[in-house]
Amino acid sequence: MDILTMLKQLGGGMLVTVEIFFLTLILSLPLGLFISFARMKKNCFVQGGAKLYIGVMRGTPLMLQLIVVYFAPYYLFGMRINHYRFLAVILAFSLNYAAYFAEIYRSGIESMPIGQYEAAKVLGYNKVQTFVRIILPQVIKRILPSVTNEIITLVKDTSLAFVISITEMFTTAKQIEAAQTTILPLMMAGVFYFIFNFIVAGVMEYLEKKLGYYK
Amino acid sequence: MNLLEMNHIKKSFEGGLEVIKDISLCVKEGEVVSIIGPSGSGKSTLLRCAAMLEKIDSGELIYLGQKVAWNDSHFKSVYMSSSDKKKIEKYYGFVFQNFHLFPHFNVLKNVIDAPERVLKLPKKEAEKKGLALLEQLGLSDKKDAYPYQLSGGQQQRVSIARALAMDPKILFFDEPTSALDPELTGEVQKVIQSLAKERMTMIIVTHEMQFARKISDRIIFMERGKIQAEGTPEVIFGTGNERIREFIGRLQNE
Ligand SMILES: Nc1ncnc2c1ncn2[C@@H]1O[C@H](COP(=O)(O)OP(=O)(O)OP(=O)(O)O)[C@@H](O)[C@H]1O
Ligand SMILES: [Mg+2]
Repeated sequence: MDILTMLKQLGGGMLVTVEIFFLTLILSLPLGLFISFARMKKNCFVQGGAKLYIGVMRGTPLMLQLIVVYFAPYYLFGMRINHYRFLAVILAFSLNYAAYFAEIYRSGIESMPIGQYEAAKVLGYNKVQTFVRIILPQVIKRILPSVTNEIITLVKDTSLAFVISITEMFTTAKQIEAAQTTILPLMMAGVFYFIFNFIVAGVMEYLEKKLGYYK
Repeated sequence: MNLLEMNHIKKSFEGGLEVIKDISLCVKEGEVVSIIGPSGSGKSTLLRCAAMLEKIDSGELIYLGQKVAWNDSHFKSVYMSSSDKKKIEKYYGFVFQNFHLFPHFNVLKNVIDAPERVLKLPKKEAEKKGLALLEQLGLSDKKDAYPYQLSGGQQQRVSIARALAMDPKILFFDEPTSALDPELTGEVQKVIQSLAKERMTMIIVTHEMQFARKISDRIIFMERGKIQAEGTPEVIFGTGNERIREFIGRLQNE
């Protein structure tokens, strides 16, 4: 097999990897915000629930979570869902990353000086306006470096999807490697992840610069 | 009618320390009232209770005859609904010791965002008003600057403009010049003085005795959570009360 054919086959996997990456981000970033709200609630059931959720998601291997999410509908409810494989990957990744993002949001929100809330309150802003206009923009600036770390980890974690045989980049590379007995496709996959993360880091750096207009 | 009325206010913090012990205070339209007193006497807490940044435990809070908080049968304060409180919040502005400007907004945006979002003024109108205020406070050339690019005195003037943009009926100042270098206090005091000339109703907590003497219609001396004395600057500065004489004397000699 020549390199071009290999690249073509890897290309399909690449697309799946990119899809997993973006869908996970789009779902886990807002979900994480809601979990962080629950985590900061005074009500001890809500707070306790959020704590337990975050604890389990961060305290068990993502690979195991993937397997559980994939097999749970069948073993628990006897359900067979069409095309569930991909959905399971997105679900497991989103649920897992939301827990990490929740803690990042919380650290950012709790680091905001109380004076910002008080200034907004005496100006008559309601709770939603205060959060959306005053607090959140500043929180985003504060947490951007930690978010960048998580996102870079996510790029690499997408390869874990191979445990439930999703044909993303890494799975495809493994398959070619096994069939052709050459580690070249794995090297190529490595280069792909590296370039992907290079782009991600560049975008995040650009965002950080954009938000650097104030201190 | 009194613009602000506080009757038999009591306030404790967790731990049981009673910080405000039965204080009553009325402010008429156009009046300038200064609150002085030693550190920890409860001046900020009283001001924050008036601005609903702290909840009072007991007593009445009344704005323009409307009861915002009143006593139930056990002498515990109950407040009006939060939607009614939002309307009351429009009556007053608050100027903090540390400004608390919004760092991600430029100067003009700091001033006009609340009028736009809270009062729902059209953008053009809010901008016109904001620019006029900045002009009045000598900040026209700073309208596009961000708070971190300004001196403390400029930041405090922006925060005064921000409060004024909401057309408050009364302004609260909690030590507006305490966070400033001595050479910058003058510019902020001048602004407050010109507001006093325009008969803006104000309550000012301050440690600057000469300033309080110059601008106040009435000075309140607070100690240990109580109003110990109150009167015109002449009365307070000419008092025979040893404790007050000593307090004023000490601050003036600093
Ligand atoms: N949020 C709070 N929780 C607990 N105690 C508080 C709180 N705020 C103020 N106190 C206490 O209440 C007392 C009065 O505080 P306050 O800030 O009103 O005094 P002050 O007269 O403004 O003093 P200063 O001149 O130093 O500003 C102090 O003993 C203070 O420690
Ligand atoms: Mg104080």
